[in-house]
Amino acid sequence: MTADRYEAVIGLEVHVELKTRTKAFCGCATSFGAEPNTHVCPVCLGMPGVLPVLNQEMVEYALKTALALNCQIAGYCKFDRKNYYYPDLPKNYQISQYDLPIAERGSLEIETEKGSRTIGITRVHMEEDAGKLVHQGNIMTTPYSLVDLNRAGTPLLEIVSEPDMRSPQEARMYVEKLRSILLFLGVSDCKMQEGSLRCDANISVRPRGQRALGTKAEIKNMNSFRSLERAVDYEIKRQIEILEKGGHIIQETRTWDEDQQVTMSMRSKEEAHDYRYFPEPDLTPLNIEQPWVERVRRSLPELPDQARERLVNEYHLSHYDASLLTTSKDVLDFFDECVNQYHEPKVVANWVMGELTRLLNQNNLEIKDSKITPRFLVDMLRLLEQGTINGKIAKVVFEEMFTTGESPDKIVKDRGLIQISDESAIQAIVRDVVALNPKVVEDYRNGKDKAFGFLVGQVMKASKGKANPEMVNRLLQEEL
Amino acid sequence: MKLYQQTVQKIGEMLARREVTAQEVLASIAERIGQVENKIQAFTTLTLKEAEGIAADLDSRGEVGDLTGIPCGIKDNMCTRGIRTTCASEMLENFVPPYDATVVNKLKSAGAVMVGKLNMDEFAMGSSTENSGFFPTHNPWDLTRVPGGSSGGAAAAVAAGEVFYALASDTGGSIRQPASFCGVVGMKPTYGMVSRFGLVAFASSLDQIGPVTRTVTDCALVMNAICGHDRQDSTSLQLEVPDFRSYLQTDIKGLKIGFPREYFQKGVDQEVKDTIKKVLLKYEELGAIVEETSLPHSEYALPAYYIIAPAEASSNLARFDGVRYGYRDTHAEDIIGMFSSTRARGFGPEVTRRIMLGTYALSSGYYDAYYLKALKVRRLIKEDFDQAFDKYDVLISPTATSVAFKIGEKSEDPLSMYMSDILTIPVNLAGIPSISIPGGFVDNLPVGLQLMGRPLSEGTLLKAAYAFEQATDYHLRTPVMEV
Repeated sequence: MTADRYEAVIGLEVHVELKTRTKAFCGCATSFGAEPNTHVCPVCLGMPGVLPVLNQEMVEYALKTALALNCQIAGYCKFDRKNYYYPDLPKNYQISQYDLPIAERGSLEIETEKGSRTIGITRVHMEEDAGKLVHQGNIMTTPYSLVDLNRAGTPLLEIVSEPDMRSPQEARMYVEKLRSILLFLGVSDCKMQEGSLRCDANISVRPRGQRALGTKAEIKNMNSFRSLERAVDYEIKRQIEILEKGGHIIQETRTWDEDQQVTMSMRSKEEAHDYRYFPEPDLTPLNIEQPWVERVRRSLPELPDQARERLVNEYHLSHYDASLLTTSKDVLDFFDECVNQYHEPKVVANWVMGELTRLLNQNNLEIKDSKITPRFLVDMLRLLEQGTINGKIAKVVFEEMFTTGESPDKIVKDRGLIQISDESAIQAIVRDVVALNPKVVEDYRNGKDKAFGFLVGQVMKASKGKANPEMVNRLLQEEL
Repeated sequence: MKLYQQTVQKIGEMLARREVTAQEVLASIAERIGQVENKIQAFTTLTLKEAEGIAADLDSRGEVGDLTGIPCGIKDNMCTRGIRTTCASEMLENFVPPYDATVVNKLKSAGAVMVGKLNMDEFAMGSSTENSGFFPTHNPWDLTRVPGGSSGGAAAAVAAGEVFYALASDTGGSIRQPASFCGVVGMKPTYGMVSRFGLVAFASSLDQIGPVTRTVTDCALVMNAICGHDRQDSTSLQLEVPDFRSYLQTDIKGLKIGFPREYFQKGVDQEVKDTIKKVLLKYEELGAIVEETSLPHSEYALPAYYIIAPAEASSNLARFDGVRYGYRDTHAEDIIGMFSSTRARGFGPEVTRRIMLGTYALSSGYYDAYYLKALKVRRLIKEDFDQAFDKYDVLISPTATSVAFKIGEKSEDPLSMYMSDILTIPVNLAGIPSISIPGGFVDNLPVGLQLMGRPLSEGTLLKAAYAFEQATDYHLRTPVMEV
């Protein structure tokens, strides 16, 4: 395949909204989904004469993130103005950090099929978010635009990776890992759909073995992990195809079109903005003293990698299982709470990674938004362990808990799902099944092992799934 | 002597002794405004109605304070809640801020009675107030001459007796040069002494608010009211503000005064140089030690300033885009067109010129050659001053290169207009305090004397200024206007 002769080089720029109580440079609340233009003040509206005042909590969150990403913290950093005109940017400049960001040179680990890989973090810097525009189609052709400035001035971190990723899967894993770190830190909601985590990708390809980088394109507008993976995949293929035809890659910004599943050109390098960065004169430079850094370092919570090691060491889970359970802080908390009450970590892990994850994905829910509680899962596992229900019924009960939020005891009682372990009752069903299926019974006696399974299935069906499976096996064998 | 001719200090004493009411004081000011404002045109907005309410309220409460009950004016680039703040620009002609600048708040709580907003060069860009988007202000000493700028309205109003004092702003000389042209006292404090919150920014790293008064004592009284740290301005200094009255002493024996030779070279009118030389002799008479010194990088201050100030301005003024407030051109086809035509029509030619200058200076490929280089020059100028202040307590120079020039004389030639700020600009680049006081007269036109000091040495400057003022009678002369 031609694709094998090329290597993709991917770097990611991730923007995360920090969930500080107030905005980056004023006292307005940061909150999602409020009435338009209700969380605004003269400062974040960019009124004449107003001045920014730095939110210390933003710096604290930036420090936490930078430390969790193993970055070197700058002792001295400053803010700069990034100048460009857009109606969602009240001052027509964004307060950002240009040449002296708060942190540089970090890394994070991703778990690929070929083992663990280190992805470099170039820099982490603080800036403010813009507002939101609502209009039909394109801003140049829409009859009017509505401006909502609730989000204007919300603290953002921009986290820039080194061009260390080599595949769409790695790109996705990087963002997933970054997201889980941020969630463990509690600094952001990291919701891609709502825009609290946004990601741009710089992508180039080069013939395998070549050191020099190819010309890159920057891809924007990827609103989910899936679209990130697909957009990167598409872009790599697009570039390879051009090179194969003897063409050249144009350095440009492209946008991912979710409907058509293609990337499309937005603007070329020549059309790129000149942001005219210069030091923000309204804010004094920031000296970050070492004791402050150490205090933040000591306050860091358990991070995904540490949690994973804990699950492996304390509960003897596999590396893989432990990784899955530590992708989200909420999932890990759920697991930890179950394990505190129930003695079989592996069983808990299987239910969390299996049924629970399946139902969450199916219903597009986060664990903390679901009706399942650790208590319910543990109670259900006890019913299973005691033989009150069997494994098959347990899945029914679990799904019922998930949809209704009722306790497993109530579900089992109300729907009569208690396992039938009465030997004579099962015996009766076994006899009926054998009598009704003479052909299958004969097949079995002639050595067709499959026929046995069918008969077991018939017995279970007749008992509405409630028969004790071990007894069914034993009694059926005896009967035959 | 009419009430409006008195000083802040004197009116304050009279009010405190109940010899006069705030309403009577205001009535005198209102009468004076009625007599001369049509000739001076110092105000963009008059707020006499509101002022009457405030004066009546103060009288009924009988509170006493240095500024309580005393009418003042505010340069129209400081936000006043509920009262339009125009920056003398069509862009903000109808802009009414929902908040007060910190200094306005401070004056309000000191019981000040604001009678109006004062004319200026548009967005404080200019040296003659001819760049006002509305109308030029006239110099009370000679109505055919400019009052200086950009705070021409403030200086003219104070000189003409339309207000007892004014708050103005100084980015490259905008308080001191008009004070010089109008024969009044104007102080630019140390950068960070006075909060900039609510001052519509021109060049954030240079802008500073200060008083315009008729005497040095009044300057100290207003300084007492407006200085101090403000949480809303991150660049405001955290320090204890002294009582500036305590510096008003006439004994300056042993005070070391330097006069930088670069400030007495070509480009400065001979009569002005001669006037200030006489000032130096006066200081020697008073017991000061006066020596010539040098600020060798002075000649680079003007070009550096005309990179840094426009660069910051190009960004500060970007918010005036017609989207949220102010003027909007509603005929544009699309958003880019709306931005462009709003700004093309809303800003006057000088503002447009400086935005273009600043945009260019910050553009990629030019940043290092212009902006970065200008910052280096700025550091050299600061170091010049640091070295001079190792030896001297105060530096003295003319405030302006000439007396007030004729209306129209320089308005067609931006470069010669820029040159008129050449002696005041270095102070802003260095962030140091400076005061201009009446230093003499040439052909019955005032000549300003500029005193410069090390950071936070406002007290020393006030003392040196006070000693000279008390030894001369220049501050007692007032413009004669036919009424």
